[in-house]
Amino acid sequence: MAGKQPGGRPLSPHLGVYKWAPSMAVSIFHRITGDGLAVVGGLMFLWWLGALAAGPDAYAAFVACVWHDPDASTVHRVTNILGKVVLIGLTWAFFQHLFSGLRHLVLDTGAGYELRINRLWSILVFVGAILATAAVWLYIAQEALHG
Amino acid sequence: MGNGTSLGRVRGLGASHHGTGHWLQQRLTALGNILLVGWFVVSLLRLPLGDHGAVLRWASNPMVALGLILMVVSVFWHLRLGLQVMIEDYVHGEAARLLAIVLLNFYAIGGAAYGIFAIARIAFSGGAAA
Repeated sequence: MAGKQPGGRPLSPHLGVYKWAPSMAVSIFHRITGDGLAVVGGLMFLWWLGALAAGPDAYAAFVACVWHDPDASTVHRVTNILGKVVLIGLTWAFFQHLFSGLRHLVLDTGAGYELRINRLWSILVFVGAILATAAVWLYIAQEALHG
Repeated sequence: MGNGTSLGRVRGLGASHHGTGHWLQQRLTALGNILLVGWFVVSLLRLPLGDHGAVLRWASNPMVALGLILMVVSVFWHLRLGLQVMIEDYVHGEAARLLAIVLLNFYAIGGAAYGIFAIARIAFSGGAAA
């Protein structure tokens, strides 16, 4: 409905007039992480699954591109770093969207609208997502070192 | 708007002309995603992901293949609903919005079909290619 302003009627104040709050941040990050997971996560999953179904050579090509190439071509050195950045990003987006989504399911029951509780849960979503992402990647790093 | 009953005048005028159906499906697939993607992520962390044969043997187990197919359905249904809301909020103009919604449906339905076919291919070959 952009550009079609009904004449003479009061307008809702735009987002810019509000003081930035954790609940607003968690809301927009729910959308950003959800859309990111939907596109980047979805395509990465389908790429992995297709390579797994296509056979050992296709799967090795996927692993060499995204994770580690035993021959370490110059292109793959770059894509291996990019691959890990994307995977860490997807891990964080997954936990952020998961915890934020759980918050939404609780809010759907009518609970958690008191200002202080709402603010606390919003902050906990961010903290939880970062801690969970760190825990997963510390586990992966430790497995890579000792496994 | 007709001159009929109150219900008749408002029917079809709600959000996306579908009212609460969209909202409810988003919640139901969210619950499915919590269970299925949670199981999938834990499974990935426990698998030797660099070993094609080991991952293929895992994925070709009938219960695992079934879980993966359910996950693809739940995830792609959920992402279709979510991306639809983003398009409706940010893509203005009837033609651009229609095009974006068409592309979204191609991605969601095509991606799910591709995923399910790949899982079926793995399951029905029984991991024999490993």
